[in-house]
Amino acid sequence: MLFLTTLKVALRSLLSNKLRSILSMLGIIIGVGAVIAMLAVGRGAQNQVLSQVTALGSNLIMVMPGQFRAGGVRSAAAQTLLLDDAQAVLEEIPEVVLASPVARGNVQFKYFGENKQASIMGVATTYPAIRNFKLADGRMFTEGEIERRAKVAVLGADLAVDLYGEDPDPVDTEVRLNGVVFAVVGVLERKGAQGPFSFDDQALVPYTTAMNRILGADYINEIDLQVGDGVDLESVQARIEQLLRRRHKLRDDEDNDFHVANMAEMVEAAQSVTGVFTLLLSAVAAISLVVGGIGIMNIMLVTVTERTREIGIRKAIGAKDRDILVQFLLEAIVMSTLGGLIGILAGVSTAKAGTMVTGFPTVVSSVSIALALTFSLSVGIFFGFYPARRAAAMDPVEALSYE
Amino acid sequence: MQNVIETTNLVKTFTLGEAVVRALDGVSLAIQRGEKVAITGPSGSGKSTLMNILGCLGPADSGDYVLAGESVARLSGNRLAEIRNRYIGFVFQTFNLLPRLSALENVELPLLYGGARDARGRAQKALETVGLGNRIYHESNQLSGGQRQRVAIARAIATDPAILLADEPTGNLDTRTGQEIMALFDALHAEGRTVIMVTHDPNVAARCQRQIYIRDGRIADQTRASAQGDQACYS
Repeated sequence: MLFLTTLKVALRSLLSNKLRSILSMLGIIIGVGAVIAMLAVGRGAQNQVLSQVTALGSNLIMVMPGQFRAGGVRSAAAQTLLLDDAQAVLEEIPEVVLASPVARGNVQFKYFGENKQASIMGVATTYPAIRNFKLADGRMFTEGEIERRAKVAVLGADLAVDLYGEDPDPVDTEVRLNGVVFAVVGVLERKGAQGPFSFDDQALVPYTTAMNRILGADYINEIDLQVGDGVDLESVQARIEQLLRRRHKLRDDEDNDFHVANMAEMVEAAQSVTGVFTLLLSAVAAISLVVGGIGIMNIMLVTVTERTREIGIRKAIGAKDRDILVQFLLEAIVMSTLGGLIGILAGVSTAKAGTMVTGFPTVVSSVSIALALTFSLSVGIFFGFYPARRAAAMDPVEALSYE
Repeated sequence: MQNVIETTNLVKTFTLGEAVVRALDGVSLAIQRGEKVAITGPSGSGKSTLMNILGCLGPADSGDYVLAGESVARLSGNRLAEIRNRYIGFVFQTFNLLPRLSALENVELPLLYGGARDARGRAQKALETVGLGNRIYHESNQLSGGQRQRVAIARAIATDPAILLADEPTGNLDTRTGQEIMALFDALHAEGRTVIMVTHDPNVAARCQRQIYIRDGRIADQTRASAQGDQACYS
């Protein structure tokens, strides 16, 4: 009963000074709002990365030219990977089930009036299986077409829309790639955006065609490999490295001129980046929570002084120090928790609005909401304690005679 | 009759800058249960200090104070709060109701602090006793001065304390309302309550059975009212 009355008094005194209460809560509101929004962004980014793994398959191993540096792959200018390397890996490493070379390049696509700059991927027939791509229409090109460097292409979903308009039906039509006529034999299913670049914005062509007819290159940009289920990726990767070092005739003191990566590593790299990002922004948010707490402490000190007489009256009619302490502590907690609730609301709306505007996915987790509530509650207790103790320690005679 | 208050040689000093002021300089007094006593004296005589000590708001420097059979001179702050809650009902000159609380909630508060059962019912009864049974949900700023003082008196008697301690209870009221409040105190006294009034007002003091006159921190004079005066007290 006493607690209920105490709570009522706390709420009423906050309500009787609305502007002041809201201004005091602002720090907490901003702090909590920022924490919620930042965690939502971080979580969204993480989910996106995780969905990439499942989309691309976790049995995927990629071999890329150049060295791997912490934080990213060095520019792929190196021309150290050859077609024979892909063949050798497939033949000599038994765990490798499928392999496809990738020869990448940018070309001008043209279909009647529509022009578009997009990339082609010169690949083998196994590429869709390795990368988890499915055909929406038509077919993949055949071994025979690779053999004779046929001018055939399988278009990505977005590229098809760009060239043919909504609901495209490009199969059995002809497009020009850098002026050369290609027959469209199939269209890929949409994969959705995968980080910085999209797989839907490109076309697959036979690697022989890409290397000889379009790019004029004798090297490849990537080897994509699929290994069997339950295979020890580390040991396979190590053997691939040994094999390629031998083939590239690297001395023991020379670094690899290629890099072998699996999807798990790529995810880790991406996550460590989003993790650092989330951590930094959370630190900023935490600072603003502390600032908010100081704001509450400040206003509580003012309140305690203003209500000195009230404290005297309460003590005269029998309030113990603890009763006074609870009274003012509760007021600080109500203020900070209310600020926290408003902040959660603000953070969630900010995240949702951000998603609507930029399309970047955000995920508000119940954990982050619980965290924000706990934090704002603790801020109230921590920063409310000192003013409340000052109130509780007042001498009743002096408090009663305070004007 | 049994003494509800007994003090022996109370001394209290204050330091104001360099000067040491002896606000109380050896006050010994006894007040019987059911008595109505006025403590009077000029400003600075020490009567407020005496009231604060009798009200258990603060300790004396030395001397003993026995309230309702219990020595309270050396008790800690929280224990004193309990004593105030159980034995003492304060009525102040400026009413000292808590803002933002209704009359009922104000009267309930000491009962809640004391952990009493049926605080609401008892508060309601106290308000009926002072004639405010119909205004219990008004906040203090919606009440007149006389009504506020009635709420304050209801709050003072809600816990059924051993003594009512009133500090200039009519000081902020007009004459007619002051008379009504004095009549209310008379009625409460007639019910058997012990009433101690600290006052300047000779008219208020005259309505008490005994006047204790304080000057320079000592009891300078005590007058016991005549039989007639005693009668007047009840009229």
